[in-house]
Amino acid sequence: MLVGHQPKDFLLAVSGLTVSFDGFKAVNDLSFYVEENEIRVIIGPNGAGKTTVLDLICGKTKATSGSIQFRGKELTKMKENEIVQTGVGRKFQTPSVFEDLTVFENLEISFPRGRTVFGSLTFQRDQPVKQRVEEVAEMIFLKDKLDTYASELSHGQKQWLEIGMLLIQDPDLLMLDEPVAGMSVSERAKTAELLNRIIKNRSVLVIEHDMKFVEDIAHKVTVLHQGQILSEGTMEKVKNDPKVIEVYLGH
Amino acid sequence: MVINSRFFNRSELIGFIVLAAVLFVILPLSLDVFRLNLVAKYLTYAFVAIGLVLCWGYGGILSLGQGVFFGLGGYCMAMFLKLEASSVENTKIQSTPGIPDFMDWNQITSLPLFWQPFHSLSFTILAIILVPGLFALIIGTAMFKRRVGGTYFAIITQAVAAILTILIVGQQGYTGGINGMTDLRTLKGWDIRPDHAKVILYFVEVVLLFACIGIAQFIRLTKLGRILVAMREQEDRVRFSGYSVANFKIFAFCMAAIFAAIGGAMFALNVGFMSPSFVGIVPSIEMVIYTAVGGRMSIFGAVWGSILVNFAKTSLSESFPQLWLFGLGALFIAVVLAFPNGLSGIWADYVQPRIDRLFAARKPKPAAWTDDSVADGAPAE
Repeated sequence: MLVGHQPKDFLLAVSGLTVSFDGFKAVNDLSFYVEENEIRVIIGPNGAGKTTVLDLICGKTKATSGSIQFRGKELTKMKENEIVQTGVGRKFQTPSVFEDLTVFENLEISFPRGRTVFGSLTFQRDQPVKQRVEEVAEMIFLKDKLDTYASELSHGQKQWLEIGMLLIQDPDLLMLDEPVAGMSVSERAKTAELLNRIIKNRSVLVIEHDMKFVEDIAHKVTVLHQGQILSEGTMEKVKNDPKVIEVYLGH
Repeated sequence: MVINSRFFNRSELIGFIVLAAVLFVILPLSLDVFRLNLVAKYLTYAFVAIGLVLCWGYGGILSLGQGVFFGLGGYCMAMFLKLEASSVENTKIQSTPGIPDFMDWNQITSLPLFWQPFHSLSFTILAIILVPGLFALIIGTAMFKRRVGGTYFAIITQAVAAILTILIVGQQGYTGGINGMTDLRTLKGWDIRPDHAKVILYFVEVVLLFACIGIAQFIRLTKLGRILVAMREQEDRVRFSGYSVANFKIFAFCMAAIFAAIGGAMFALNVGFMSPSFVGIVPSIEMVIYTAVGGRMSIFGAVWGSILVNFAKTSLSESFPQLWLFGLGALFIAVVLAFPNGLSGIWADYVQPRIDRLFAARKPKPAAWTDDSVADGAPAE
């Protein structure tokens, strides 16, 4: 699919995106557009290619063909760290935090300064850094755990810490892969509250299975099935789409 | 708040004082020159071990080819010393006087071009740092930019060690071959062989060792040190925090190479020769064992590991030469299985708590510096 002129207000424009692993097309000619400040949820059955889409956007997986434009910049040709520096943040499905470092140090590493070898040698833990780390730590309910090693945190706290690490990067596009998976009911509620607070002033792309959670936050829902879009639109529209009910919501 | 305001925390400060006392005072006073010179030889491996702490312990990059850099540094130094020992007066019985003896034996009639700059001591000192540094940069860039890591990287470093050994042995007209460069005599006219020179060289080496410890400790305390730890655990998370992981790995690998090269240069000076038997696969693996035994997360532990394993090697191989290799293998397996953090881990788990309790028992009120060390949040050894 070829898309000609893009209206300027799309933050992310994915068009004709295809990736094949040994002939298997995990994502097949996929196109979708995310606007500024939009919260988009991707749902779909297992193996639909949801995580692969995030992998492609953040550069973890290289696309076979197609394009991903972020603010007019072509992401498919950039390295992962360059993509991060243009303003795309990614949270992984399983919490990936640095267990041998403290909460403070985890957040400090994500602070967007001194990202080169020389820059990190001369990096100073000054007032702005400390202030921002404390600010974010408060937001993610870990203010009194700054000196705790991340290995001692609970599963839910690790998820929050990783969300905090993204927050401190201040990305324009935040991608979250199942942010409430494996959380207790009370942690889920707190996370929803946290997400509702941090999604202001940025676009968010979320993969989630928890339909109640999706209904709460989504502006628009994209349903993926076998690497292609099955349906797209408001939650109301998607929920009543017979194709969606058949492959995903029905069971 | 969490601030590493001091260079060493309390247990590191104790480690520093103990090591400085042993190396600067106790050993020079208690050992004869022969034994002190042996310690100097052991300590050349401590440079390598410190580099491995940064590169392997912190960065998670296991290099089984540190002998390459040890050798490059050693050969650079040895080339300078050999040229000085091969003056026209010293070599007038050769068919071509003024070139190293092994060249003469191999029918080489003039000094090869790449040997020429080694007439200059300043060039040699630069070369000791830059040749291994650049070589590590090339290997590191080629491997890490392509995301080659872990076991594959370790195997490739082994291959490089094997290749360099074969090259040195094969090109004996240019390198001295399997015998290496022997009969090194003077440094700028100052004889390095007599006892008093050995003592001075020992102290020069210890000073350099402490300089390297200082540099390693500095790196460890910067954000770069924490990024190395982060990288070892969650490489992707570091990458998706906006860092170029390859560049950090290259840096750690180059630093380890430079430390190893300084060790090699001091080896040539203290021991008086350099040969391919310190370059290949076996010595490279032994260097990793020194680090593992001492504790791969501890700079001071690595120094102790180098001294103690080499001491054991000397004493055991004097009496049971065949047994030594089995002993070394058993030691490595024991450390990996039972004490993954080596001697420094044993110290931190068993000895340190007792000392702390002793302090606490003597002083009902904790001293001010004990408070600090709790608050300063530096990663515990």
